[in-house]
Amino acid sequence: MGAAPASRDVTSYGMGLAAPLALFFLLFFVAPLLQLFWLSLHNDTAGLHWGLGQYLHFLTDPFSLGVLGSTLLLGAEVTAVCLVLGFPIAWLYQRVGPKLQTIIILIVLLPLLTSVVVRTFAWIVILGRQGIINATLQSLGIIDTPLKLLYTQFGVVIALAQVQMPLMTLPLITALGRIDPNLDDASCSLGAGSWRTFFRVVLPLSLPGLIAGCTLTYAAAITAFITQSLIGGGQMLFMPMYLYQQASTLQNWPFAAAISIIFLLAVLAVVSVFTTLGRMSRGYGGA
Amino acid sequence: MSGRKRTLEAISFELVMTVIAVIALVIIIAPSLVVLIVSFTSGFSLRFPPPGYSLRWYAELWNAWQLHFAAKNSLIVALWATGLSVTLGVAAALAISRSQALSARLLDSLFMSPLVLPALAFGLAALMLFSLVGLPVSPLTLVIGHTVVCVPYVVRNTVAALAQLEPTLLESSAVLGASRLYTFRRIVLPLIRPGIIAGAFIAFMSSFDNVPVSLFLRDAATDMLPIRMWQDLEGKLDVTIAALSGVLIIATVALVAVMERVTGLSRRLTN
Repeated sequence: MGAAPASRDVTSYGMGLAAPLALFFLLFFVAPLLQLFWLSLHNDTAGLHWGLGQYLHFLTDPFSLGVLGSTLLLGAEVTAVCLVLGFPIAWLYQRVGPKLQTIIILIVLLPLLTSVVVRTFAWIVILGRQGIINATLQSLGIIDTPLKLLYTQFGVVIALAQVQMPLMTLPLITALGRIDPNLDDASCSLGAGSWRTFFRVVLPLSLPGLIAGCTLTYAAAITAFITQSLIGGGQMLFMPMYLYQQASTLQNWPFAAAISIIFLLAVLAVVSVFTTLGRMSRGYGGA
Repeated sequence: MSGRKRTLEAISFELVMTVIAVIALVIIIAPSLVVLIVSFTSGFSLRFPPPGYSLRWYAELWNAWQLHFAAKNSLIVALWATGLSVTLGVAAALAISRSQALSARLLDSLFMSPLVLPALAFGLAALMLFSLVGLPVSPLTLVIGHTVVCVPYVVRNTVAALAQLEPTLLESSAVLGASRLYTFRRIVLPLIRPGIIAGAFIAFMSSFDNVPVSLFLRDAATDMLPIRMWQDLEGKLDVTIAALSGVLIIATVALVAVMERVTGLSRRLTN
């Protein structure tokens, strides 16, 4: 805006209006996280002796590392399932009339706004020993004894994928909507088939939305405490429950703080990898 | 598109994409429908399909005072957290929306960061800080914690609404002699109101549904609905929870329908 410095710009507001929220975040978001970090640097539960003991404990303990590994893997699996199922929804959205478009959006949106406990509960009903899948397979005579679906990795992945699907689909719908439809036609009229056009034109151009969707899905899937604990059951332990057990049941706050910091750093690392990829793809997608 | 040859190759592509999309849409919507059907069962188990239909579990819900108590707490905390989020979030959005300054961009990242950081870690951190300064767990600590994780929705939706506002409208208003406050009240606010309402709605729903922050910042006296439900489900598979889920699903559908009318929620979340 090239307005003369004397005349105040009437189209923007002063930064002072952001001060109350900035102060609120400083007190109740930044300060708690700093305090968490500070506590994680202590070797004893009382927080008197400085040291990296908690981190050393976590990083040399095969059990803890296993929990971290399985949590990061779970996020990758859920993200992959959401991408494979979510992309066709976004594709279909661009091909149908406005009425159907609204219906698709509302179907995608509803789970996002429905209580997570309710959605997870639904999967217990579906995957349980007397659940729909087992009842159907048994009545068709395909199986004799009920399959174990609940409390398995498969169950957790499919339930989490359904719970997080909107986070993947909404950015993809936005990204596909920005692609010039003529490019699709041009590619086809130049002789590329539909599959080739999809993988060589549509998919690369949708990368910004795809990466945004993957970031949100991944971050949400690995922290989804309720779904992980109800569908995974007692045998499967992921970072959020591990953190909760150490903090609440065992009252081992410094170790819980160290788990939190390691978990935070892991999420930040994944998010920044995605963000970097997103920045690299933007030149590509904006072309 | 009309000129494209309907080759086998093109048909196979469209068939595969459409089939996966329909399967995905069914997977998304099916669980809610299943719970809704099971909640009307006349039996004692979560068997599907139910042996018969009745309203007995909804009647049972009427006497479930623990759930009533938790629902009331959740509602009060969600209303306060939403109010606080709107007050702080709209002001902040006005400040950072049109600014290209580095400070505005940094503040924007800060205000959005609760969306990607593990909320459970924040819940634990908040509990540690509150206990350090001697603030006991109470509805107040819950409102503060919920506001941190809900305010990003208000900021994001308000910033998006402000970005679509024509700057010339504000300039014309100023040229015609209106004060900044008057312009804000009569021009800016009415135009961004749907965006604020959409943000407030999502903030309210996510506070009402919050588990990771509530887990650490509540106690028996401030029981919250999602946590009550979770603990009930950990113990036994209670059909009353199915009835409660039915109520929550119907309430969500009704609220989304109202919001779609008032704010065009679906367009807002995809542009």
